[in-house]
Amino acid sequence: MSEEKETKAGEKPKKPKIPRQSMPEQDPHKRAGNFDSVTLGYKMEQAALEASRCIQCKKPFCISGCPVSIDIPGFIKLVKEKEYLKAAQHIKKYNLLPAVCGRVCPQEDQCEKVCIVGKKGEPVAIGRLERFVADYEAAHGEVPLPELPPKTGKKVAVVGAGPGGLTVAFDLIMLGHDVTIFEALHKAGGVLVYGIPEFRLPKAIVEREVQYLTRLGVDLKLNHVIGKIRTIDQLMKEDGFDAVFIGSGAGLPWFMDVPGENLNGVYSANEYLTRNNLMKSFDFPKHDTPIKKHKNVAVIGGGNVAMDSVRTALRLGADNAYIVYRRSRAEMPARKEEVDHAEHEGVQFKNLTAPVRVIGNEQGWVTGLECLKMDLGEPDASGRRRPVPVKGSEFIMEMDAVIIAIGTSANPLIAQTTPDLKLNKKGYIEVENETTCRTSKKGVFAGGDIVTGSATVILAMGAGRNAAKSIQQYLQTGEWTPNGKQ
Amino acid sequence: MFEILEKKVWSDEVPKIKEFVVKAPAIAKAHHAGQFIILIVDENGERIPLTIADKDANKGTISILFQEVGKSTMCLGMLNKGDHIHHMAGPLGKPTHVEKFGTVVCVGGGIGIAPVHPIAKAMKDAGNKVISILGARSKDLLIYEDKMKKASHEIRITTDDGSYGRHGFVTDELKHMIEVEKIPIDLVVVIGPPIMMKFVCKVTEPYKLRTFASLNTIMVDGTGMCGACRVTVGGKTKFVCVDGPEFDGHQVDFEEMMMRQRQYLPEEKLARETCEKQTCHKS
Ligand SMILES: Cc1cc2nc3c(=O)[nH]c(=O)nc-3n(C[C@H](O)[C@H](O)[C@H](O)COP(=O)(O)OP(=O)(O)OC[C@H]3O[C@@H](n4cnc5c(N)ncnc54)[C@H](O)[C@@H]3O)c2cc1C
Ligand SMILES: Cc1cc2nc3c(=O)[nH]c(=O)nc-3n(C[C@H](O)[C@H](O)[C@H](O)COP(=O)(O)OP(=O)(O)OC[C@H]3O[C@@H](n4cnc5c(N)ncnc54)[C@H](O)[C@@H]3O)c2cc1C
Ligand code: SF4
Ligand code: SF4
Ligand code: FES
Repeated sequence: MSEEKETKAGEKPKKPKIPRQSMPEQDPHKRAGNFDSVTLGYKMEQAALEASRCIQCKKPFCISGCPVSIDIPGFIKLVKEKEYLKAAQHIKKYNLLPAVCGRVCPQEDQCEKVCIVGKKGEPVAIGRLERFVADYEAAHGEVPLPELPPKTGKKVAVVGAGPGGLTVAFDLIMLGHDVTIFEALHKAGGVLVYGIPEFRLPKAIVEREVQYLTRLGVDLKLNHVIGKIRTIDQLMKEDGFDAVFIGSGAGLPWFMDVPGENLNGVYSANEYLTRNNLMKSFDFPKHDTPIKKHKNVAVIGGGNVAMDSVRTALRLGADNAYIVYRRSRAEMPARKEEVDHAEHEGVQFKNLTAPVRVIGNEQGWVTGLECLKMDLGEPDASGRRRPVPVKGSEFIMEMDAVIIAIGTSANPLIAQTTPDLKLNKKGYIEVENETTCRTSKKGVFAGGDIVTGSATVILAMGAGRNAAKSIQQYLQTGEWTPNGKQ
Repeated sequence: MFEILEKKVWSDEVPKIKEFVVKAPAIAKAHHAGQFIILIVDENGERIPLTIADKDANKGTISILFQEVGKSTMCLGMLNKGDHIHHMAGPLGKPTHVEKFGTVVCVGGGIGIAPVHPIAKAMKDAGNKVISILGARSKDLLIYEDKMKKASHEIRITTDDGSYGRHGFVTDELKHMIEVEKIPIDLVVVIGPPIMMKFVCKVTEPYKLRTFASLNTIMVDGTGMCGACRVTVGGKTKFVCVDGPEFDGHQVDFEEMMMRQRQYLPEEKLARETCEKQTCHKS
């Protein structure tokens, strides 16, 4: 086959160079006024062209860049051969949610960062291809259910229906165990449904994946806040679960601890996004949960959460939507694509700026944000240059809403009611290591943001996959000795 | 889906007050006094918190009692026996701190009598002497008189218009108990409109009389994830849904709480009007 020739050591591809295929997008001005998808996905011809840019490396670096080690050349080859359904099924052996990861993975820091084609030009658009095949599969009828093995009679409880928990549930049901997911909210998906906006990740996609799980026989119990309706101990001692996986995420929002933070018009990003995504308040009053339409909105932070909030504010009709970030654009933790999209849509960036006070009127509403200019000093522990305040540089921006997106930490509900569950200094659940995902409590495993702090969808799924393997081993052997040491 | 087994209309005039007994065995089993649920009436509904006013763990039921103040409670009120509430999560919030304090005065204002009921019951079961003060605007709007009689050693009633019990506010009765009757009180628990809780706390503060107030801030998730319910207590920001709903009333910044409760007034009005025009999307 011709494509195999191309990979021979040292040999240059002879075909004319094909540029990385760009993905069609909604016009920035138009999309800043609606909640429809920003990027529209590859057409079939584009996917095939893009797939042909992959040189099918014998030692593919890309795989090592993917936290769940998807056989990337393998699925891309199938795309090139126009075997889209097979490609989708191939990816699903590694990744339960390709339609999600293809959209939200920080590919530029993972698989695409190390793609060999990217050394001299632009890397193969792995994420876009992944998204393409997943969407293709979804568009071509209901995905057939795989055959399930005979039941083992073991019962596993999964706490939290985020990407981590969903992955564990999938892997374990495929091994013949009975799986029950307990989710606190009235919809499954975790951050995928309450945090990441519709314009980046249509909720129908998440719903489809969740339905796939319930069709497989996973018992999904919504509105179940573990630690309140049942404790971990009750699940194990009274309800007959043989093992528990905790994937409850890092949902507790941080505030800045500056004056004026409880004024009306100050929100955590979680509140702002939850109202809009989970509760669909952009469609108020058709949906009952209200949201305010603000004129001048400042979003504090520079991560994905900040970008999602500021772009939501624009779509709700803000005249001016600002990102207020204390470092410079280069240090922003958000995906580059999201920052670019935000800028094209008209978001204004106030970098090297830190808020010191929220100002309000007598009725308790936000009227302004007082900020301080920053300079970049020496690199700090994270390797990023530390912002240092410039003395006397205070200034006030007129504002009627301030959204705080400076990070989250672990929700303590489960820990409070499970005294023998060991936490680390920051309040996250301590596990033996990434591979076993074993907590200090026998039969209890944990993974995703509740262990690592806010990370990424694919890392949470990777943790879920490891946990499932470890749970399987535990269920088969009953052994709870740390790895290696018998 | 949670089935409504019984419906009782306490008041059919504005403000309408209704009570449901709902089938929710797991919630009934896990519930402790002071906790609440969050429900969604139908698919497009918002998440609203309501206190668990009573339960029967054997039958697997809980009672919720609510006043129709806006769209969501109006839609809820339109449901009947046999209908279903789409979603319900609970029990949420920390249970009331119950122990033997001595003499406990439970103050319930208006609809607040319902949430105070399980607390009075629990305090009585824990060996306290429970005196309850029930306040209502008028006799017609007084709820749970019989249940509170059972849950307390003694009840006292006040009405704003003098149609029943003492003519006046719950604060008048409480002051009388402290200053005139000189009843030794070890703890006051108060639930009702924020302004009433604020004044009850003002009455007890000079006597350093420990006072628990149960706060009803605006909530979204009710699991500590959004901070919509935040309130300042003793100079620190607390989340009512997970750190509360009960706090030391003398430490609560009631002014801020009331200010935050007014955030969505125009939207709430719009929702109510749309609802009145088209009747709810339910039905
Ligand atoms: C706005 C936003 C944008 C993001 N953008 C990206 C992106 O572009 N790319 C990317 O890779 N990552 C992104 N992330 C990060 C990513 O979403 C998370 O790292 C990932 O979702 C973590 O998965 P998880 O399964 O650990 O937990 P979560 O997704 O947080 O799910 C946890 C679930 O557990 C439930 N739960 C919590 N406590 C309990 C309890 N006591 N009982 C029962 N259920 C409980 C929660 O309701 C939730 O549904 C973003 C995050 C946010 C907030
Ligand atoms: C812990 C707790 C327990 C409660 N227990 C009871 C109870 O037992 N019986 C009862 O009648 N009421 C109770 N409430 C108040 C009840 O939640 C509100 O009356 C209800 O949400 C109003 O919704 P609505 O759409 O009908 O009215 P809206 O028109 O939305 O609002 C009317 C009023 O309710 C407040 N409110 C609006 N949305 C919310 C929300 N999501 N959460 C809290 N308050 C809101 C507003 O500040 C406003 O003052 C409780 C509130 C809390 C926080
Ligand atoms: S899952 Fe993410 S990192 Fe892995 S191949 Fe897909 S886009 Fe790349
Ligand atoms: S590194 Fe790039 S070119 Fe090589 S196999 Fe992976 S995607 Fe293809
Ligand atoms: S209601 Fe969201 S944190 Fe309390």
